[in-house]
Amino acid sequence: MVTTTVDDGSIEVTSSGRIKKFLIDFYRGHPLGAIGAGIVVVMLLAAIFADFITVYDPEQIDFESMLVPPNWAHPLGTDNYGRDILTRVIYGARTALTVGFVSAFVGSFIGLVLGVASAYFGGRFDLIFQRVMDVFLAFPLIILALAVVAVLGTGTENVIVAITIPFIPQCARVVRSSALAIREIPYVDAARACGFSDSRIILRHMVPNVMAPFLIMLTAFVGQAILLEASLSYLGLGVQEPVPAWGLMLQGGAEEYAESAPWIAIFPGLAITLGVFAFNLFGDALRDVLDPKLRSQQ
Amino acid sequence: MTALLQIQDLKTQFSTSSGTVKAVDGVTYDVEEGETVAVVGESGCGKSVTALSIMRLVAEPAGKIVGGKILFQDINLLDLDIEEMRNIRGKDIAMVFQEPMTSLNPVLTIGMQLMETLQQHLDVDETAAQARAVELLGLVGISDAERRLAQYPHNLSGGMRQRVMIAMALSCEPKLIIADEPTTALDVTIQAQILELMKDLTRRLGVALIIITHNLGVVARYANRVNVMYAGKIIERGNAREIYHNPKHPYTLGLLRSVPRLDQPRGERLVPIVGHPPDLTRLDGGCAFRPRCTFAVDRCAREIPPLVDVDGGHLSACWEHENVGLNVRKAS
Repeated sequence: MVTTTVDDGSIEVTSSGRIKKFLIDFYRGHPLGAIGAGIVVVMLLAAIFADFITVYDPEQIDFESMLVPPNWAHPLGTDNYGRDILTRVIYGARTALTVGFVSAFVGSFIGLVLGVASAYFGGRFDLIFQRVMDVFLAFPLIILALAVVAVLGTGTENVIVAITIPFIPQCARVVRSSALAIREIPYVDAARACGFSDSRIILRHMVPNVMAPFLIMLTAFVGQAILLEASLSYLGLGVQEPVPAWGLMLQGGAEEYAESAPWIAIFPGLAITLGVFAFNLFGDALRDVLDPKLRSQQ
Repeated sequence: MTALLQIQDLKTQFSTSSGTVKAVDGVTYDVEEGETVAVVGESGCGKSVTALSIMRLVAEPAGKIVGGKILFQDINLLDLDIEEMRNIRGKDIAMVFQEPMTSLNPVLTIGMQLMETLQQHLDVDETAAQARAVELLGLVGISDAERRLAQYPHNLSGGMRQRVMIAMALSCEPKLIIADEPTTALDVTIQAQILELMKDLTRRLGVALIIITHNLGVVARYANRVNVMYAGKIIERGNAREIYHNPKHPYTLGLLRSVPRLDQPRGERLVPIVGHPPDLTRLDGGCAFRPRCTFAVDRCAREIPPLVDVDGGHLSACWEHENVGLNVRKAS
């Protein structure tokens, strides 16, 4: 790590050194968050390289090895169609993370821009926009998602839409409250006095200043989205068979064989729990790191 | 030749829950090319709102320009649409704000903020903008400009940041700079440096400057002409020397007596202006300064005194201006 001291007292560190130092500090200060981040990374790798780390085809039905309990050939056993549970859990991570990340990113990004815009324009626009958001927030998350699925139909893309829509008002509301404070800081007026357009001021001058609450919302949303996707799939409104998805694996055969072959339900259930838990731990730690008020108390 | 900027009977109002605030109530003044004009007054007298009205940056919908004209190079700024106004902001008329600590965006580097303004208004590429940014920082006395461009506002002191703000204001070679209390947030030694810099640069580059301030010391030294504002109106106007040595309005006199002066005898007490500024939602048909005025007569309660020429280019809005003048002479 190269450290050079500049004459005004600030210290410039090479970027790779800074990242390494940040990671070490993050682990020391927030061991649970680091564990969460570790699980997230493992899940990500599993989802990306699912084709290489699994032996079986997740959709291949094999009637000769139905309901096999965990053994060396099938570490987590097989389900009532003879499909390998481990393979399906790993491919399920792909579905869960795709839905989780896409809906969390899209939902929170739209919410971010709308929230900042609402705070920037203020007045009547803000008032009307907030009431519309209130209407969306009045529905419980799962009910709203149900309504969207009922209109659009099932399938992975529609599940993503169904989960994204309720995220928008949640994010917009939190971001708006931060942006309202920023709206009053003179640099926004200074930017207007420089003749910049509204969209430029919103995207370039205000959005980067509300990144801290935005990132916290984002990580929380990924966990929530995974849980929502599992719930919708379990209810038969989400991802459809034979696509491997954790919520789907809990359904159908899992209930029927709960006593004779409990491994069918246990492992996807564990995967959901672990995934949501990991994102929440990581999100909490991220909040502590990004919130200067909390940081100074430590 | 007509003046660069002519403000004619400008009226800006804010509607609040407790009534309409006439923040600017019929203000008229003009600024010649290359001239430095000061607008003086206490907090809430409408001096900043006048400046924001020129830029059309009054916070809508609560605030509204309800009357008057703002002629800039003979074009009424109040008639322009948003797009045309945007082309004037930052290019022909630039603004320097009060708080250098918060007027720069903390997440963008100095270079990004300087170059952004350049690229917005002038047809320049990245390299040209960067070269110009370095040149501008040199102009405002910031050394090691190339390294500064990559730094963030928190790396700079308050005085340095105000220099950056001035560099940004100068970047597109504006005709007019409006400085809204440019030195209020800085400590005294830095204040002098910044004011010298602004005076020097505006003179050298031929830029007209409106300094908005409550500091009469600033006025005496740097302005050609002075407008004193009270309760949304200009109550006295004249050249800086006249205002300072021969005030014709009791409010100006009060302001001058309430600040310490080096040429004052030692141990002499300062004379404060008693009372508070008036509630702008409840102005009556008389002079707004009447309740605090030691010269007030019956007429002051009945008629608002107009701004009239009392002494060859020295304007005052006071029925008793002769009395005030006599009082000044007696005291000195």
